[in-house]
Amino acid sequence: MAFEKDLNLDATELRLGLPGTSDESAKNQTLATLRSNNKRALPEESMSSNATASKNCDQETAPLPKAQVVGWPPIRSYRKNNLQPKKSEGEISGIYVKVSMDGAPYLRKIDLKVFKGYPELLKALEDMFKFKAGEYSEREGYNGSEFVPTYEDKDGDWMLVGDVPWEMFTNSCKKLRIMKGSEARGLGCVD
Amino acid sequence: MPKRLAYSLPDEVLEHVFSFIQSDKDRNVVSAVCKSWYEIERWCRRKIFVGNCYAVSPKMVIRRFPQVESIELKGKPHFADFNLVPDGWGGYVLPWITEMAGAYPWLEEIRLKRMVVMDESLELIAKSFKDFKVLVLASCEGFSTDGLAAIAASCKNLRELDLRESEVDDSSVHWLSHFPETYTSMVSLNISCLGSDEVSFSALERLVSRCPNLRSLKLNRAVPLDKTANILRLAPQLVEFGTCTYSAELRSDVFSNLAGAFSNCKELRSLCGFWDVVPDYFPAIYSVCSRLTSLNLSYATIQSPDLIKLVSHCPSLQRLLVLDYIEDSGLEALASNCKDLQELRVFPSDPFDAEPNASLTEQGLVAVSLGCPKLQAVLYFCRRMSNAALVTIAQNSPNLTRFRLCIIEPNTADYLTGEPFDVGFGAIVVHCKDLIRLSLSGLLTDCVFEYIGKYAKKLEMLSVAFAGDSDLGLHHVLSGCESLRKLEIRDCPFGDKALLTNAAKLETMRSLWMSSCSVSFGACKLLSQKMPRLNVEVIDERGPPDSRPENCTVDKLYMYRSVAGPRFDMPPFVWTKDEDLALRLSP
Repeated sequence: MAFEKDLNLDATELRLGLPGTSDESAKNQTLATLRSNNKRALPEESMSSNATASKNCDQETAPLPKAQVVGWPPIRSYRKNNLQPKKSEGEISGIYVKVSMDGAPYLRKIDLKVFKGYPELLKALEDMFKFKAGEYSEREGYNGSEFVPTYEDKDGDWMLVGDVPWEMFTNSCKKLRIMKGSEARGLGCVD
Repeated sequence: MPKRLAYSLPDEVLEHVFSFIQSDKDRNVVSAVCKSWYEIERWCRRKIFVGNCYAVSPKMVIRRFPQVESIELKGKPHFADFNLVPDGWGGYVLPWITEMAGAYPWLEEIRLKRMVVMDESLELIAKSFKDFKVLVLASCEGFSTDGLAAIAASCKNLRELDLRESEVDDSSVHWLSHFPETYTSMVSLNISCLGSDEVSFSALERLVSRCPNLRSLKLNRAVPLDKTANILRLAPQLVEFGTCTYSAELRSDVFSNLAGAFSNCKELRSLCGFWDVVPDYFPAIYSVCSRLTSLNLSYATIQSPDLIKLVSHCPSLQRLLVLDYIEDSGLEALASNCKDLQELRVFPSDPFDAEPNASLTEQGLVAVSLGCPKLQAVLYFCRRMSNAALVTIAQNSPNLTRFRLCIIEPNTADYLTGEPFDVGFGAIVVHCKDLIRLSLSGLLTDCVFEYIGKYAKKLEMLSVAFAGDSDLGLHHVLSGCESLRKLEIRDCPFGDKALLTNAAKLETMRSLWMSSCSVSFGACKLLSQKMPRLNVEVIDERGPPDSRPENCTVDKLYMYRSVAGPRFDMPPFVWTKDEDLALRLSP
C-alpha cells in the first residue's frame, strides 16, 4: 500500500530538507512550517510566512517584491476572500482542512500541502492533539491505540487516513476527524 | 429622593419605572442604589451584553439575572480578524447555550460575534427556546448548513437570521427548504456569506414570497442577476437589500426587468453586495438612489467615473463603503453631493501591491472632511498622508467619534516633511473631543502617545501598530486614557515596565492585546500574581515559555479582566502562570 511504501523507502522519500540533512531535522522543519502556518493564512500570506519560517520549504513561491507581514494591512479574511485580485500570479493555494478530535472541544486547521506524505501528517496530528495513532496496516487499520485518524472525502464518505495513495488523499480530503474507540472500528478495511 | 419614599413604592411600580431604562450602564447604576433596587432590577433585566465571553461564567450570569430574553456575546479578540489568533484558541458558545437551555426557556435573541458555534449548539438552540426570534452570527465559524436546517425547521417565530461574514461549512443539506410552508415570520435575512451550493434559489423565492414582513434581505453572491428581479418583485417592501453578482454582460431584457423591479421598491434605503458588478447595470437602480442612505460598494471593482456617476444620484447618503477605485476625484464629488454623509470607509483594492493602483491620497479624505459637516466615522486605507492634511481634517471634523487611518506601508513618514505623524494625530485627539475609537498608522514616536494620554479622555478603543520608541509610549496611554476599554498593539517596542507600573489600570479595561512587542514571560507571571482578577494568557506556538529564559519575549499576549477565573478550554499553545494545575482539558 502507498502508506507502507512511504515508510520503507527512505532513500527515495521526498523531504523538505536539503539533501544530506537528517530525518530529524526534516521533521523539525515540517513542524516549524506547520506552526507558522497554524494561522489561518491565505494564499498571499502563506507565501510570506513560509518565506520567513522555512527557507528550505519545497513549495514554489513567486518572488515577492517585499516581505509581507502577517495580518497587515488589517483587512478581514472575509474581505480578502471575496476580493481576489483579478491578476492571479499562479500562487499555489494551500489545501486547508479542518481537524477535529472526539472529546477535544477545539478545532484546528492544517494545510495538507505542507506535508509530503502520511508519516509527516500523522506526526503533526499527534503533536497537535497530544495522542498516539498506533500502527497502521492495510488489513486492520490502526492498531494499538484508541485514536484513529479518519477523513471525509468528496463523496461524503468517512475513510481511514492512509487507505488511498497520498495524492488521491490530498485531492479528496474535505475534513479530518480523529475518532475515538469503537466508532472507528467499523472503518477498518474489510477484505 | 427621601429614603422613606423609596421604600414606600411597591416593587411593581419600581419595576415599571426600570422598564424604561434600557442602557446597560444605567441599569448597572440603578442596581447599585440599594439592595432592594438591586433585587428588583435583577429580576427584570431582560437584555445582557457580555463583551468578553470569558469575563464571566454562564452560571454567574444566570444566577444574577434569572429572566433574560436577549443575550449578546463576543469571543475572540479583534485581531483574530487579521489572522493573528491561531485556530483553536477558544470562544466556544456551547457551554453558554447548554446552561441557558435549562435556565432561560423563554430566551428570544442570541447575538454572537467571533465565536465558535458548532452544529450542536444550533441544534440545542432550536430545541430549547420555544419562542426564539433572533439569531445573529457575526464573524463566527464552526457550523454547517446542518445546524441552519435545525433552526429553520424548529423556530416557528424566527424573525431574524443574520450570518454576516461567518464561515459556514457546506453539508449539502438544503437547509432553506427546512422552513415549513407555514412559516411566515422572517423580517431580516442575511445569507451573504454562503456559497452557491448552500442556497437553493427556488426555496429562497418561496420563502420570500410568504414572508410579508421581510424588511432586510442580503442575498449570497451566487444568485444570478436575472433572479434578483424576481426576488425584488416578491418583496417590494424591502428597506435593505444585498444584491448578488452582477457579472453578466448587459442584456437589455434583464436590465429593464431589474430597473422595473427596483422602481417598485419605494421603501428601499440601503443597498450592498454588488460583487463583480458591471457598471452598465447601475442605471437600473437610479430610481431608488435619491432615497438611499446607505451604500456598500466595497466589493465592486469599478472605476472612478462610474462611481462618481452613481454617487451623484445619491444626495441623501449617510453611509458609504467603497474601494479606493473611487479616487480623490470621486471623494471630491461625494463631498459636494452628499452633505448628510456621516460614515465613510475606503478599502484598498490591492493591499499587497507596493505600487498604488488607484489615485487615492490624503486629498480625498480632506475633501470629504471639508464638504461633509456631519462626518462622524472614518476608516481610510491609503498610501500617503501628511500632518497638514490630518490637522485640516481634525479642525473641520470635530465631531468625529471614530477615526481609523491605515497608511498601508508601516513606518511611512509625512510625504511632505519626512516627519512622524505625532502632530497630525495629536490634532485629531485635541479637536475631536468625543473620539471613542482611534487606529494609528505611519511613522510615530512616543510623542503621539503623550498627546493621546493627555487629550483623548473619551477614547474607549485604541489600535496601534509599528509605532512608538519605548515603554513611555504605552505608559502615557495607560496612565492618561481614562475611558480606555480595549487596547490592541502589535509590533511596538513596549515592554514590562509600562505594564507593571499600570497594573491596576488593566483591571479597569475589558482587554489588552500585545503581539510582537517586548513583554517577557516573567512579567506576565508577575502581573498575573499581582492581579488575581486578570487572566493573563500568553499565546505561543513555539512551546512552553518556561523552556526559554524568563526575559525572553512572548509572541502574543492577551489579557482580560474576569470574575470567572482562568478558563477551562485553553488549547496547548496558550500558557498561563497556572501551568502546573491541570486546568486544560486533555484529549
